[in-house]
Amino acid sequence: MTDLSKEIPEQGAGQGPDGADGPAPEPLLKVTGLVKHFPITKGVLKRKVGAVQAVDGLTFDVRPGETLGVVGESGCGKSTMGRLITRLLEPTGGKVEFEGRDITHLSTGAMRPMRRDVQMIFQDPYGSLNPRHTIGGIVGTPFKLQGIQPEGGVKKEVQRLLELVGLSPEHYNRYPHEFSGGQRQRIGIARALALNPKLVVADEPVSALDVSIQAQVVNLLDDLQKELGLTYVIIAHDLSVIRHVSDRIAVMYLGKIVELADRTSLYESPKHPYTKALLSAVPVPDPSRRGGKSDRILLKGDVPSPIKPPSGCRFHTRCWKATEVCRTTEPPLIQLAPGHQAACHHPENVPDQSAQTAAVTGGASEAGTTK
Amino acid sequence: MSDVQKPDTEKATTGTGAAAGSAGADEKFLSVRDLRIHFDTDDGLVKSVDGVSFDLKAGQTLGIVGESGSGKSVTSLGIMGLHNSERARISGEIWLDGEELIGAGTERVRKLRGQKMAMIFQDPLSALHPYYSIGAQIVEAYRVHNAVDKKTAKKRAVEMLDRVGIPEPARRYDDYPHQFSGGMRQRAMIAMALVNNPQLLIADEPTTALDVTVQAQILDLIRDLQKEFHSAVVIITHDLGVVAEIADELLVMYAGRCIERGSAEKVFYRPQHPYTWGLLGSMPRIDREQTDRLVPVKGTPPSLINVPSGCAFHPRCPYADVPKDNITRTERPELRQITDGHFSACHMTPAERERIWTEEIAPKL
Repeated sequence: MTDLSKEIPEQGAGQGPDGADGPAPEPLLKVTGLVKHFPITKGVLKRKVGAVQAVDGLTFDVRPGETLGVVGESGCGKSTMGRLITRLLEPTGGKVEFEGRDITHLSTGAMRPMRRDVQMIFQDPYGSLNPRHTIGGIVGTPFKLQGIQPEGGVKKEVQRLLELVGLSPEHYNRYPHEFSGGQRQRIGIARALALNPKLVVADEPVSALDVSIQAQVVNLLDDLQKELGLTYVIIAHDLSVIRHVSDRIAVMYLGKIVELADRTSLYESPKHPYTKALLSAVPVPDPSRRGGKSDRILLKGDVPSPIKPPSGCRFHTRCWKATEVCRTTEPPLIQLAPGHQAACHHPENVPDQSAQTAAVTGGASEAGTTK
Repeated sequence: MSDVQKPDTEKATTGTGAAAGSAGADEKFLSVRDLRIHFDTDDGLVKSVDGVSFDLKAGQTLGIVGESGSGKSVTSLGIMGLHNSERARISGEIWLDGEELIGAGTERVRKLRGQKMAMIFQDPLSALHPYYSIGAQIVEAYRVHNAVDKKTAKKRAVEMLDRVGIPEPARRYDDYPHQFSGGMRQRAMIAMALVNNPQLLIADEPTTALDVTVQAQILDLIRDLQKEFHSAVVIITHDLGVVAEIADELLVMYAGRCIERGSAEKVFYRPQHPYTWGLLGSMPRIDREQTDRLVPVKGTPPSLINVPSGCAFHPRCPYADVPKDNITRTERPELRQITDGHFSACHMTPAERERIWTEEIAPKL
């Protein structure tokens, strides 16, 4: 605990100088127009014949101390996004800034000092721990890689971390196979926290766990955030979990953010038809709602391939509100309400609080009807 | 049917078995009595299923809920007769439409499997054969049980693909599993399972590998098909949301045993076991006000080799000390009826549970 209290003010001080060049809450992470295309090659010469447009132009901020939830169906690019902002993948285009510093194309070596501040928790607690290393070795590796000698030695620090995530310090010499899924996920969390990071990106941190264990890990992440002042980007497909953990939520569809809003705003008045459909599809543990098909929006078909995404709005092939303009023009991600952005020509729950937003949305739907 | 059922009913000396047998299709279509499935391993005897009983009527859906290792999948594989008889020790009775399956012999069960009872699995990619086209696999399932030529079978397969909502079924008939998306594969597997109009459909985590929007489609499909064919459905899942959507009856399993059973309404609105409370408290609910904290069950599910003494849930139960004389640690609680058709295996008295539920649990959910 001692070196922790030392680190926290330092973290706060670190944000000071960056605060100069921006509006009130200076983002910890700033992503602008982020693009990742994976080339598809053919033949011996590896001729490029196409690209999987996994992530295609994302712009968002992550503010210090908040939890940004990223939700979407499989293949929407949410995991690729997580790997891009932690720079485990090299972006094809766009810009990633961490604390005001451009890290988009930093080399592995130049990235290394940054890794202290940006850590990742992975989905599969079985695949992400080396079965031949002891828990002590796994959680202690970050210190070795970064050449850091914690006060009191690595072993003492690792044991403190194990206790922090709810494991016993005696687990130090055990191997991953001796632990259950939930305990392994705790080990992964301890490793991510070893270097006292500022930003933790968690890719489906609880989806491999049983319900009762899932709740334990969700609560642990919550406690750690309060205790250590962490900033999270949590990627998940489970809308109930995302609602529980996030302050703000980005909904992704086929490589794009279709809606970005505060939690309450998003769940109470979703603007994008896709978000609305997604929310209505969540099974609710209440049998009285059974058979109430009326309020459920059943989307037709599957998510289209990101190799050939649909023209215009990518959701138009499955959207019940789609008109001609959706097929031809891509809707920009615009602010429809304070702190609520959506990319849709015909948004739901259109607010008419301010003349400005009404004008913007009105224009969009007019364009839809005239064409 | 009646001549098949006769010798079996006579063999079954227990009252329950006979009752289940004679009741026939109109009453209990599937009846499981004291099912035990144990496996001998190098580490000891694994009691995966240890005395599970339930009934299911035609046209009804039973949801089996539990965490990994609670024995829900082993139960379903047991009903389908898919355990290796040399490795698994199976005892108890399984009555399907008046016919007992455990004593029926492999050949007979093989006849019934795919025809009278069918199963859909969690992972359609590994359940479908990658080498054969989707159509060929459905045709095979049909021709095993029906003496028809290939042309008729193909017609039937295309019809089924169409019924489960695969667009352009005649063209997709020749596609291979890898050419289908996850949701379509699950549809194809449902088509294969239903090609012989089975009266019992067992779905083991049918939507776990799917996205929510596709999950909603598949649950809808299962519901529609059930209405159409008036079949009995057993759905196995860890997702309480999914069972609430689809199940009439619920069975909650813990460490190989049924700890609570009853209608979906009763189990969701008046749960009578601390483990069920724990499951409900662990779930973030999208239909309720935001809660600050979830109320998880402490600890981890037990090993099935060393099941805790007494009530298997006692090491994780916050109320283990409510009943007197340490009984939760020494004596295994029996499944007792609380109200009509609602059973719970807990040592606490109904009054104690009622008090804890209304005072401590319900306000936090």
